[in-house]
Amino acid sequence: MRVLKELCRQPAAVFGLVIVLAVVIAAIAAPWLAPYAPDNQMFEGLTLEGAPMPPGEDFLLGTDTLGRDLLSRLLYGARTSLIIGLVANGVAVAIGLFVGVTAGYMRGWVGGTMMRFTDLMMAFPALLLAIVLAAILKPSLWIVAMVIALVNWVQVARIVYTETRGLVERDFIMAERALGAGNARIVLRHVLPHLVPTAIVWGTLGIATTVLLEATLSFLGIGVQPPEPSWGNIIFESQSYFQAAPWLVFFPGAVILLTALAFNLVGDALRDILDPTQRGRG
Amino acid sequence: MTSHQAAPVLSVRNLSVDARTPEGLKRILDGVSFDLAAGETLCLAGESGSGKSVTSLAIMGLLPKASLKVSSGEIRLEDRNILGIPHRALRKIRGGDIAMIFQEPMTSLNPVMTIGDQMVEAIREHREDISEGAQAIARAMLDAVHMSEAPRRLKQYPHELSGGMRQRVMIAMALSCRPKVLIADEPTTALDVTVQAQILTLMRELRREFSTSILMITHDMGVVAEMADRVAIMQQGRIVEAGDALDIFARPAEPYTRQLLAAVPRLGAHAGTDGPPRLTQAEAPPAERPILAVKDLSVTYGARAGWFNRSRIAPATVSDISFVLKAGETLGLVGESGSGKSTTGKAVLNLIPFEGSVSIDGRETRGLKSAAMRPVRRVAQMIFQDPYASLDPRMTVGAAIAEPLVIHGVGNASERQDRVAALLRRVGMPPDAGSRYPHEFSGGQRQRICIARALALEPKLIVADESVAALDVSVRARVLDLMLELQEQMGLAYLFISHDMAVIEKMSHHVAVMRGGRIVEIGPRRQVFEAPADAYTRNLMAAVPIPDPARYRMARSG
Repeated sequence: MRVLKELCRQPAAVFGLVIVLAVVIAAIAAPWLAPYAPDNQMFEGLTLEGAPMPPGEDFLLGTDTLGRDLLSRLLYGARTSLIIGLVANGVAVAIGLFVGVTAGYMRGWVGGTMMRFTDLMMAFPALLLAIVLAAILKPSLWIVAMVIALVNWVQVARIVYTETRGLVERDFIMAERALGAGNARIVLRHVLPHLVPTAIVWGTLGIATTVLLEATLSFLGIGVQPPEPSWGNIIFESQSYFQAAPWLVFFPGAVILLTALAFNLVGDALRDILDPTQRGRG
Repeated sequence: MTSHQAAPVLSVRNLSVDARTPEGLKRILDGVSFDLAAGETLCLAGESGSGKSVTSLAIMGLLPKASLKVSSGEIRLEDRNILGIPHRALRKIRGGDIAMIFQEPMTSLNPVMTIGDQMVEAIREHREDISEGAQAIARAMLDAVHMSEAPRRLKQYPHELSGGMRQRVMIAMALSCRPKVLIADEPTTALDVTVQAQILTLMRELRREFSTSILMITHDMGVVAEMADRVAIMQQGRIVEAGDALDIFARPAEPYTRQLLAAVPRLGAHAGTDGPPRLTQAEAPPAERPILAVKDLSVTYGARAGWFNRSRIAPATVSDISFVLKAGETLGLVGESGSGKSTTGKAVLNLIPFEGSVSIDGRETRGLKSAAMRPVRRVAQMIFQDPYASLDPRMTVGAAIAEPLVIHGVGNASERQDRVAALLRRVGMPPDAGSRYPHEFSGGQRQRICIARALALEPKLIVADESVAALDVSVRARVLDLMLELQEQMGLAYLFISHDMAVIEKMSHHVAVMRGGRIVEIGPRRQVFEAPADAYTRNLMAAVPIPDPARYRMARSG
């Protein structure tokens, strides 16, 4: 409750919160909000020459090359992209935290092995790995989310590892050990809370990256399968029409940008609010 | 020495500086005025936050503009106001007319440039007439600060030199342009006491040789006594008292000055007694039982080798240390940096792997894992040097003090809460402190919190590692008194680790002097301090600055 109240005191955070809520509502209420079915290829949706319709009265944001309503596709696409952005990214941050903290805290050969494996994953082309994984497993929304998580945890692990190593050297961890605290308590109560800012920043920054990675996978035909819309595959399906029908790229692009920005703003505000050393200042 | 009549080289008039805070401007320097005569040494003395460093930065034009702002005043170098003059003109003055040396000689030198290159650069910056001779001047300056093998030193990098040598290089650089004023901001605080004595002697010598005026900033009244012709005592952004060093030390007029001088621990103040002063009526513990017995303790760092790490064989940091500490007594472990005293403290509490035998309250701790060690940790606790670093910044003070109780499963939530409140009262903190965070407290208060946390389990032994080194003198005296009181009331034994001879003298029953990882002398305090057997112990004691300027004046004129 306190967190929410303090969030509401920062205009930027409120702006972000409103957009995040709007996207969530759009995703949930898509069937009621959308004027058309997302995969309905309408005859009226194309001009006489067969080109997509620009934004107008019947189609608020215009139509795509198959005569489908862009607004409806964006609303339904919010479902896919939110799931990808939150789940894939959440899992990636969780794996990264686990690997980074374990390796950074244990050091020794366990930590060494874990970090060398992380380096290996980092050196391995992420897209190739995603293609291989997606080809082995049958592509579906959840599989795509998992593939993205398995590719994206690496950077988080690397950063968390470095931070953990620094934390473990600090006096208050030594003081905890002198008090007789076990490893589990030290990690859960004294190391993890200090990694919350990193996790939040990565969690929010990563949303844009994952949405775009999903788009790339879709483009290669191993992402979310058409006709199911996602913000990424809407852009990629229409990129060759960019000059003739700029709205097909502009609107989904703007939606991705705004969503990513909104999550970032909320994340930044959350990080400050959750940091007790910032309390009573400024 | 009495050049007060001559026109001052540097004159500060009514200098006020404001800090920009979210609540608006806050005055941190309030109408500071002083004069520095030619060839004179003026010490600005005060505790942390008194504004002494801000004053020196203002003179150098180095105030961080984003957070601090000069609101009024004048700084005159000879006859010219240098406050607020353009950057180009200021650069000529900085390093040319006014030079500065800092506390930390390692971070003030560029680690990727040789000593010679850095000195030549500094010399060329201000003496355009010299292009060929800069190297020669650099060498002559190193000779002047008594660096042996000057030609070789010029080719070395800062990390190849010791702390004392680096500070000599800094002084050589500062004096190479023959400045009129040398500002020295805590120049010896980071150095060992024997090195400090050498650097102070050097500065006195150079002042005469180069006829430079010195503005010295320090918190250490011993250093003030050794260096100052005149003293200005600062408190909360004002100069509360200024005058001749002899007068101020002999007849301090202001209550704050008196309090400051009284708080300075003096070596030899407890001569003729066997133990620390008694502060309470509590009876001395009768049992002569050893609480800590250490035998042939050795610690070697970096011997561990992993799959992916290169193995390194390092020499032992601590070797063959043996001592016994009885309940209710204090063993002072004294030595300079790198002597292995902190390592010994950590090994005693099994926080680092060691060889040999450590037995606490009759239990051998070597090789005990975290869980097996837990009962021993109820008996033996630690207080660290930096109270802020040793408290988790994301935890309230109450939670931090309750932490040992939770770890050892003592009491339920409400019992713990009562216990925390009682502990806070015990160390002289308000009970509502429990719900606040460490950053909201001052250094002395934080150390009280750390003491409360260490006391939570009612231990019998406390290892105090430089526990008052980070505190101001007046705060330090009160924390030491608190520790003595607790010892008398609770029968605590302290392993008291410090580099400060005067603090060790005040606190200890027995003293062990360490050097290079070994104990060179150990015995009852009275014997070690009043009749030191080892030459190193005698050196260490002779190097401690004594807060009595009269002694130095006599020594210098004699």
